[in-house]
Parts: sequence; structure tokens; C-alpha cells
Amino acid sequence: MEGKAFVSGYYLDDKDLVDGIRALQEKSIEITDVRTPFPVHGLDKVLKMRRSRLPRAGFIAGALGALIGFGFQAWVFTQAWPLNFGGKPFLSVPSFIPVTFELSVLCAAFALVFGFLMRSGLGPGAPNVIFDEEVTNDRFQILLEVKGDNSEQLQAELQSAGAEGVQHHDV
Amino acid sequence: MLGRSLKSQVVAACKLYRLRTNIDTKFNTMYKSFEFDKKLKSILFAVIILGALLSVIGIVTNLDHTHRIWSNVLLNGFFFTAIALGAAFFVIVHVLGESGWHTAVQRIPEAMSLYVPLGGVFMILVLVGMHDIYHWSHTEDLDEILLGKSAYLNPTFFSIRTVVYIILWSFLIIQFRKLSLASDGSDDIRYFNKTRTLSAIFIVLFAITSSTSAWDWIMSIDAHWFSTLFGWYIFVGSFVSSIAFIIIFVFILMKMGYLEHVNDEHLHDLGKYLFGFSIFWAYLWVSQYLLIWYSNIPEETVYYVKRMEDFGFVFYANVIINFLAPFLILMARGSKRRLNWLLVTSIIVFLGHWLDTYLAIMPGTIGHPEFGILEIGMTVFVLGIFCFVFFRNFAKAPVVPENHPYFKESFDYDNIR
Repeated sequence: MEGKAFVSGYYLDDKDLVDGIRALQEKSIEITDVRTPFPVHGLDKVLKMRRSRLPRAGFIAGALGALIGFGFQAWVFTQAWPLNFGGKPFLSVPSFIPVTFELSVLCAAFALVFGFLMRSGLGPGAPNVIFDEEVTNDRFQILLEVKGDNSEQLQAELQSAGAEGVQHHDV
Repeated sequence: MLGRSLKSQVVAACKLYRLRTNIDTKFNTMYKSFEFDKKLKSILFAVIILGALLSVIGIVTNLDHTHRIWSNVLLNGFFFTAIALGAAFFVIVHVLGESGWHTAVQRIPEAMSLYVPLGGVFMILVLVGMHDIYHWSHTEDLDEILLGKSAYLNPTFFSIRTVVYIILWSFLIIQFRKLSLASDGSDDIRYFNKTRTLSAIFIVLFAITSSTSAWDWIMSIDAHWFSTLFGWYIFVGSFVSSIAFIIIFVFILMKMGYLEHVNDEHLHDLGKYLFGFSIFWAYLWVSQYLLIWYSNIPEETVYYVKRMEDFGFVFYANVIINFLAPFLILMARGSKRRLNWLLVTSIIVFLGHWLDTYLAIMPGTIGHPEFGILEIGMTVFVLGIFCFVFFRNFAKAPVVPENHPYFKESFDYDNIR
């Protein structure tokens, strides 16, 4: 984001925000990013975002975790180090269930969190430019990238799209 | 509130006010109200009569097996009452959670819950056949353990509890329905607030009675055995079945041309419920089984030994049908949004939980698996009555609570992708 310039406009209501996005889209202005304090229903549809592929990563990692969890226990307790626990058979499936379950949840969660951080370019060390501190409180913000010297024009467009306030940012 | 301007606070307060008092959410569109027509009525009458005929044949051929007859009365009486209670819980928990989405389908569980007074009649009927089901009720020959429990498990106190449960639940459910109908005719927010108070009272009482009623009616069949999470296990099973029934009724009503307002998002949420609570049911099943299997104490394992040896097929089928089937079918997002997939899963889950209740009751009463005309007949009979009561009550009210403060929200949301 170095050396770029952005124009931001904020809204106080998620409904106004969605209306504002629609108004901008009608004028075919490209929206760089939208920042909200909570997930806004219908926003991904309005922004025409593709469906996330994260669930697939989660499923695959979860299935792998379950296999590893079960397989490892089965191998340890029948091949590597058979132990007699209260006269139970070495391959006693019910006692493997908790570990299998926990490991599949752990693997799925790791895949989801780190997959998300990787794909969205967030996480530790990521450039974190704060355009408006109120975005984490009660403001909904639209970001437009300035190309050339159209900053003033974009600010006017945002204002006509119902933004409560607009700002120019040089990064 | 750090750095929050006065203006934004005022704006937020206005938004809240608008939401609560429903000022800009008046719907003038008329929703097609449901008509319980002759065709549906005659189909349901045919089902009830068929069920009654089969039951009579079953009873006549099993007159020397009174255990089996009364076990079936308990099984179907309890199963459908529990479904109606699960439906009441569904509405109430959403009212308390300030949910908006459910208002589009709220009238369906509401009408289902009104079966509780009638289902209670079956449970009171069970009191007549108590001696054929509960061996602790033979007060003249009790062993030491049952004598120790006799302060709680005795016929008089048991009958009092049964009647109290039924009256308590019926009273609260009917009051809830009255408030819900009253809010249809007025813009007054008072009705909604009263509904919330009533729900809070219901949920506290239900937390206790759902557990104790499951101990009384089901767990006390194996009177020597006990499990501390048995109440939740039975409750979650019935809650999943009520979700399944809500979906089945949504399907039937949609095919009949009603409920045009119910969209994919509502189906998705119902599907999530069916999916999630099937997993929760399996979680409780494993929790109960695993601890008993691990500690391996004879007085506890006797419950499972009987079920695994004499009811082996049913025992394993139970887990596969009620956990694996909904888990695998509904895992993908797409199948939660398709009515046909939901219907198939709901029917599987309904049959599965009937089987689960069967497995909870029958080993203790008749001791070996028996399935025939009697079981089918009684199930069809009570199912027919349940559906009849549902449709009759559903026809008595508008299909949606249009004056519910969160009614508009129910159409103003969608599931994050």
C-alpha cells in the first residue's frame, strides 16, 4: 500500500452503507474495500464477492486430523506400545473417540485461521493502516483508491452517495 | 463509548426505537392465510382411522402381552408430546435470544406446541397401565435399592408429577399462544414484552421439568440404573425431532401453495439447527456411553449390555441414522438450502429418533425386540392426531405474526457465505 492514496467515507448505519455502495456501483466506481464493525448481512452479495473457499480447507484439514488422530492411536496401542488399560482390548475404538474428535477440530481450526490470515494478507507484521479509529466502534467505512488526481471528485461522489463524512489519506 | 459523538448516540437511539416500535415496518401485504380444507382433513382422518384399525388389530392379537401394549402407549404418547414441547422450546428460546429470523416460521412450532394438552392425555393414560411398564410400581415386592428410591418413585407421587407437568406446560403454552395472537391485532409492544417474561418463566421451569420428566417416564423403566445426563439426552433427541417436524410441515405447506414468504435463508437456518443438534445429540450419546463403557461397573453397564446383546441391530442403527446420516447429508451448505434434501434428512431423523425412544423404552419393558402391526398402528394413529391438531391450530391464526417487532428483520437478513 506504500505510496498510494485513498479516499474514505463513513456511514452510521449498515443500511445506508449498502445503499451508498449501490449508488457508487451504479456510477461504476471501483470500491477498494469496505470496513465494518460487525459482519453486515448481504454485504458480500452487494459487493459481488465470490463464495469463500475456506470451508473446503477446513473440511480437508479436519478429515486429515481425524485420520491422523485415529491412526496414530491405533498404531501406538496395537503396534508400538501395547498397554493393558483395565482389561480393555488394545484396539478399543470408544476410547479413541475423544482424541480423534479433538484433533480433527484442532486441525480444522488451524487450517481456517491460518488459511484466512494467509489469503487475506493479515496477521502479525501485516501493514496496518488505520483510516478511522471509529471503524471498530460504530462506523461503516468505504475505501476508494485514488488514481491520479481524482481525489476531490471521489470525495464528492462519496458525499453524494450519502457518506456522513469524507477524508483523504496518503499512505 | 470512547470518542463516540453525541450525534451518533442519538442516531443509534433512534435506530433502536425504530426497530423496537416497528414504525417503518408496517406490512400492508396480506399473507395468504392457511385453510384446513376438506381434502387434507379427509386424508388425515384416513390416516387416523387406519392407525386406529391397526392398533385395534395389534391390541387384540397381543391381549396376553399387556407389557407390549402399554409400552407402545408410552412410546408414542411420550414421543409426540416431547416433540410438541421441543417446538415450544424452539419459539421460547428465540424470543429470549431476541432473534428475528424465526418470526417467518414462528407460527409452525407455535401450532405444534399446542399438541401438549392432548399429548398429556396419553401420558395420563399411561398411569393406568403403570404396573405393566414400571416395575418399581409393584410396591409390595421391592428390593433394597428400589426401597431406597421409593420416596421418589412411588405410584402416588409419580401420578402427581405427571399431572403437574402436563398442567404446567399446557398452561404456559396456551398463555404464550394467547399473547402471540393478541399481538396480531395490535401495535402494542406490551404483548411482546409480556411474551418475553413468560418465556423466561417457561425456560426456568422447563429446565427442571424436562429433566425430571425424562427420569420419571423413561429412565425409571430401568429403575436400578441411572445416568445423570439422561434428561438432556432425551430432551435433545426430542428437540431434533421437532426441528425435523418443523421442516416437514414447511415442506407440506409449501407444496400446498402457502408460505411463499419462506425463503432459502430460513431453510438454511432450519437446516443448521437440524445439523447442529444432531451432532449435539451424538455428543451426549457418546458422553453417556463412553463413561459407562470406560468405568465398566456392572450396575451401570447392565443398561448397555441388554441393548447391545438383545437389540444389537437397533442399537447400532440408532447412531448411524441419527448422527452419521444428518451429519454427512447436511454438511455441505447447498444441501441445507434445498428443501428436498432437508425433507429427506428430516424424515430420516424423525424415524431415527422414534427408534431411539423405542430403544430407551422397550428393553426395559418387553426385554426383546418386537416390531409389528401394534407398533406401526399406534405410531400412525398418534402421528395422525398430532398432524391434525397442528393443521387445525395453524389454520386458526395468520400464517405470520405480522406485528412482531422483529418481523421485518426476518426478511432482511441472509446467511454469510
